[in-house]
Amino acid sequence: MSFMDYAPAPESTGILNLNEHYGLFINGKFVAGRGENFTSISPATEAPIATFSTTTEADVDVAVRAARSAYDSVWSKMSGADRGKYLFRIARLIQERSRELAVAETLDNGKPIKETRDVDIPLVAAWFFYYAGWADKLDFAGLGANPKSLGVAAQVIPWNFPLLMLAWKIAPALAAGNTVVLKPAETTPLTAMLFAEICQQADLPAGVVNIITGAGETGKSLVNHTDINKIAFTGSTAVGREIARAVAGTNTKLTLELGGKGANIVFDDAALDQAVEGIVSGIFFNQGHVCCAGSRLLVQENIHDEVMDRLKTRLSTLRLGDPLDKNTDIGAINSREQLDRITALAAQGESEGGERWSPVCDIPAKGFWFAPTVFTGVSPSNTIAREEIFGPVLSVMTFRTPAEAITKANNTPYGLSAGIWSEKGSRVLAVADKLRAGVIWANTFNKFDPASPFGGYKESGYGREGGLSGLAAYLEGGAA
Amino acid sequence: MSRLAVPKTYKLFIGGKFPRSESGRVYEVNSVAGEFVANAAQGSRKDMRDAVVAARTAQPGWSGATAYNRGQVLYRIAEVLEGRKAQFVEEIMLVEGSSAKEAAAQVDAAIDTWIWYAGWADKYTQVAGQANPVSGPYFNLSVPEPTGVVGAIAPQSSGSLLGLVATIAPILVSGNTVVVVPREDAPLTAISFAEVMATSDVPGGVVNVITGSPAELAPWMASHADINALDLAGAGNLDWASLQIAAAETLMRTLAPVEGIPASSLNRITAFTEVKSVWHTKSLI
Repeated sequence: MSFMDYAPAPESTGILNLNEHYGLFINGKFVAGRGENFTSISPATEAPIATFSTTTEADVDVAVRAARSAYDSVWSKMSGADRGKYLFRIARLIQERSRELAVAETLDNGKPIKETRDVDIPLVAAWFFYYAGWADKLDFAGLGANPKSLGVAAQVIPWNFPLLMLAWKIAPALAAGNTVVLKPAETTPLTAMLFAEICQQADLPAGVVNIITGAGETGKSLVNHTDINKIAFTGSTAVGREIARAVAGTNTKLTLELGGKGANIVFDDAALDQAVEGIVSGIFFNQGHVCCAGSRLLVQENIHDEVMDRLKTRLSTLRLGDPLDKNTDIGAINSREQLDRITALAAQGESEGGERWSPVCDIPAKGFWFAPTVFTGVSPSNTIAREEIFGPVLSVMTFRTPAEAITKANNTPYGLSAGIWSEKGSRVLAVADKLRAGVIWANTFNKFDPASPFGGYKESGYGREGGLSGLAAYLEGGAA
Repeated sequence: MSRLAVPKTYKLFIGGKFPRSESGRVYEVNSVAGEFVANAAQGSRKDMRDAVVAARTAQPGWSGATAYNRGQVLYRIAEVLEGRKAQFVEEIMLVEGSSAKEAAAQVDAAIDTWIWYAGWADKYTQVAGQANPVSGPYFNLSVPEPTGVVGAIAPQSSGSLLGLVATIAPILVSGNTVVVVPREDAPLTAISFAEVMATSDVPGGVVNVITGSPAELAPWMASHADINALDLAGAGNLDWASLQIAAAETLMRTLAPVEGIPASSLNRITAFTEVKSVWHTKSLI
């Protein structure tokens, strides 16, 4: 250890009080699933954390019935003010247990504790606070007086922001008066089950929130259940397509948050050190497991070399390793499967002519890891410029004029996010107008807030989560 | 001796021009009593593709026009339509078998619908957009924008002119361009309406009208990768579940069929928009 290195500063897992096994959370109780148990491991160590029940089709039916019954007899009849109070309770309990949730999330997902502690969990609480306040103000949602809730929502979420995605789904659904059946990702079910405990602590009426664990088959059974009024899915474009086909010809409302291949555009008049920070947070935040990641860097040709020098210098200071260490910047890849995919796509990037670079960094012996990787000399037709990698891999391309930057940025079937770096406000606004993406970050990147709608254009899906649009998505008369 | 009438040749409307179908096909349009009225062009897949190219080409200009300008152009259509009321009344009576009073009421309703939507062009973003109070030093706005090129099936058993107008007006308000299949058995008003648009400052390609069979044309629309959204307003008698299944391939937005004429609503405007949230940093001072 040189004098420049930091001593290890791991967050203790002593705060956790986990069960060895978690059943399904249906109708306010933990019950055994009829499927086989599966184990969730820590991707940083490959050590098992706990076992979880697989939900069978019959179990899904029980969960949906519980949600329907709670909707009919309790939740749809309760005053908005009382629904709001339950959500405020939940928000407060999340704040009170935030350290525990952060540690559990880092353990199960592999992302650095500084992210779960400072980003994920505070946003989870903020999401519940924001929507709690909407529950008794639905008349102001712009859908006329007394807008109606939809009924039972089926919600399927990914592994990249496990508890945050749960909050994005459950908070607006409950505020609007719906009940839910939610399936967390197979590799990250832990915090959803801690959330189920929080629902019990908040004395939330039984059946309003039901959480069922399992793999893709469970999700399929859930979204194909015939007594569902709303489906909200965050995940891959391929599965999103399947769900869109499954609801064809029905009245089921659908919100899809799918893949992305976000362009991060750096103009030559940008504040370069800030832009470099933005490039880093754009693609290396959460190991690049971010659907709105800035995975394509479009840098103006005349500053390409300088930006690359500064970026490489900055990347060389990032610390990869134990996610529970408070100094860690880059955590573990969530699963072996995802690591294999990233590895294969990066190899393809090389074989198609991209120039590959990674900082020198020690890769731990156990667990799933991928060093931050930058490809320069990428052409727009290369696989790594077109396909979502969902990992810490940046594809760098250049442009000369704003028009060329816009054309290249929009040259993708996706349309989730984009970044613009320039000190010239008029240019930023003009470029923002022309980018076909649902979220544009100007001189910042990867910022989220419950008040700000989030969602995609084109094959990145439809419907919005967050803000007023995110509320309307769970009300009659609202879009999607 | 009475004057010999000059019948009109009804063609397609693509990119501001009036071509015949590339397929060379026509079909007979008859009166309610079964008498021949005119031939209409039987649009084909290639006509549809040409229309999508025209719509895509026109889209940046139309959505890039100021909202005030779009509102004026849409209002101008209503003005020109008002002046040609008699022609539409005649076509509606002839083909739909309406009384003079019913036909006039339909044309009036079409004009008024058009005016209602024209006025939304410079207002819908204010009503449907938000300033978002995010927790941090950021300026954050969410604004609805046009989704792009929209394919539409106009109502197939309600008033042919009103159904067409109530379908395409809300699509156009935000800056989308449209390829529309009008009512199959009463397509004449749609082509006459295209003549109104051609003389009302509507840029070529903003509205494209393909007469013919919705059952034949809708699947090509639903599987066209350069159409962003599909309005199935008049597709109630088609296998619209299959159309939605085809549309899912590109995550094309779809709006389900309606009974009769689509009601005028802000929702029909926002259904063909995308909300864009823009964050901009505020400096610390």
